[in-house]
Amino acid sequence: MTMSAPPVSGTTITITEAHQLLYREAFLLDRHRFDDWLALFTPDATYWIPLEENQADPLETSSIVYDNRELLGLRVKQYREARAHARLPLARTVHQVSNVLCQEAKGAPNEATVASALIVIEYRQGRQRTFGALVEHRLRRTHLGLQIAAKRIGLVNSESELDGIAFLL
Amino acid sequence: MQMVPQESLAMLVQQDRVHRNVYVDPGIFEMEMDRLFGRAWLLLGHVSQIRNAGDYFTTRMGREPVLVTRHTDGSTYAFVNRCTHRGSLLCHQAKGSAKSFSCPYHGWTFDTDGSLQWVPTRSGYEPGAAAKIRELGLRPVARTDQYRGFIFASLAATGPSLLEFLGHMASSFDDLVDRAPEGELEITGGVFKHAYNGNWKLVLENHLDGIHPNYVHASSVNVARGAPDPGSPERESDIAIRQMRQNGAPEKVWESIGIWTTAHGHGYMGDYHNDSRLVVGLDNPVFQDYRARLVAKHGEERTREILGVTRWNSIVYPNVSFMSQFRQLRIVHPLAVDRTVVYTYSFKLKGAPEQMFRDTIAFANVVNGTASWVLTDDLEVYERIQRGLGATGADWVDLSRGFGNDVADTHDTRRGGTGTSEIFVRNQFAAWLAYLTAE
Repeated sequence: MTMSAPPVSGTTITITEAHQLLYREAFLLDRHRFDDWLALFTPDATYWIPLEENQADPLETSSIVYDNRELLGLRVKQYREARAHARLPLARTVHQVSNVLCQEAKGAPNEATVASALIVIEYRQGRQRTFGALVEHRLRRTHLGLQIAAKRIGLVNSESELDGIAFLL
Repeated sequence: MQMVPQESLAMLVQQDRVHRNVYVDPGIFEMEMDRLFGRAWLLLGHVSQIRNAGDYFTTRMGREPVLVTRHTDGSTYAFVNRCTHRGSLLCHQAKGSAKSFSCPYHGWTFDTDGSLQWVPTRSGYEPGAAAKIRELGLRPVARTDQYRGFIFASLAATGPSLLEFLGHMASSFDDLVDRAPEGELEITGGVFKHAYNGNWKLVLENHLDGIHPNYVHASSVNVARGAPDPGSPERESDIAIRQMRQNGAPEKVWESIGIWTTAHGHGYMGDYHNDSRLVVGLDNPVFQDYRARLVAKHGEERTREILGVTRWNSIVYPNVSFMSQFRQLRIVHPLAVDRTVVYTYSFKLKGAPEQMFRDTIAFANVVNGTASWVLTDDLEVYERIQRGLGATGADWVDLSRGFGNDVADTHDTRRGGTGTSEIFVRNQFAAWLAYLTAE
């Protein structure tokens, strides 16, 4: 999916709404309100951090994360476990979202694809790391309001040697 | 950096305990690179990574950067990945296909058999340019050999042959390859490269450890137990949930599995999955399809033999850990005394149903992924071990579980008295000491 087209306001999902949703998502993650964050996703949503640059296929190539909504829910539950060693304490994060471009999804008038740039600062146990990613959201207007139907996080260093990632991007 | 005298090494590594310095002393790490990674057979990769003439991949053997190539005549080569002129890394790509390799510095160009093909302004080396060019080919790794498609190399010119080195561990590779209906494997599906701030030995001491899953992985076991049962009906998350739950098997299950060791520090976990414990249910339609393909190829009796092997992790000391049930292979690269990276590969079984490889990928993501529920807790614990071992005053690491109860078994193996015996760590250190103290 390329996002080279200039930003347009779709007939149903405006750029302002897209901004608000992405900012709200970052806000919830950074304040560790994971249940509220999870509620932003549709039941059929996918959350994908590909392993390879330009990876098109999540089924026959490994992914750093490729979760359906059920698995994403288990990820959130793990944060509350008493012996979640890599998650106690939870990493403190800043998700900085920018360069947002919104485009109406072809053939799906209630959906839009949104490209953004993401910079995440992660701090845990005396160590701070920085991650950069090119992100694509597929947003859908549902009876619950605007939701995330798919999120693809293209980490710029996904192919490098990486220490464990025990927080949500 | 101070080297440790050889007589002191034997004091550091005792039968049922080791001194913490073997994990934290940079001088000992240097000795390991010279004497252990500089001598042992190390797994470089698999022939499917260099199928065609010109195909190559790069890797490491301890500190040595290594380039592995397929030459036009079909032979496989492994070279120190360094230009013979002024020392630049010759090939900086992880993998690819090339007619030749040109150094970025002065353009020296090497053929895929390592011979120096071309230098700029050759007249600068006259008289005797031809002889000079002949002698300045890439430096090959001292020995290379293969076992059933797996490419090994040793930086030492002498020592046991690959078959002697592998001994009965060769049967774990047989198990992996024999499971392919067409008898061939392919490495594909991406490479996880997970790093941690800890010693390289920690990962090999973890993979056959049947006590840790209930503690290290408690959080993922619990969340998976809270999820709906897999297979009712079959859904995408099943592989992840089954495997996360598996780590929470009761103590008596872990006690009843088998831990075998062989010479040279190797070992494997077996008798792990009987039918009722299999991560992929045997009644799974994909597995039935797969089984039928094996039967078509090999007949019922041989198929039963192939699938009757119930090994989980196998460790070929000091750089590889793999498992046939889900076709995963991990190569351990020590970077410093307190820094390690593990490369994780998936295999496709040639002739198996497509869905089986998708299950392999799902399994890799949940178990070996950099953000996995399971692996992140292992990595966290490796780092805590490394920090703990930095403490002075409590110098010994205890390895006495099951000590004295190990028994001799067939094929020159030894078996732990129970499945949670630390026999495999004791065996790794016995090999470690032999490598480090050998002349």
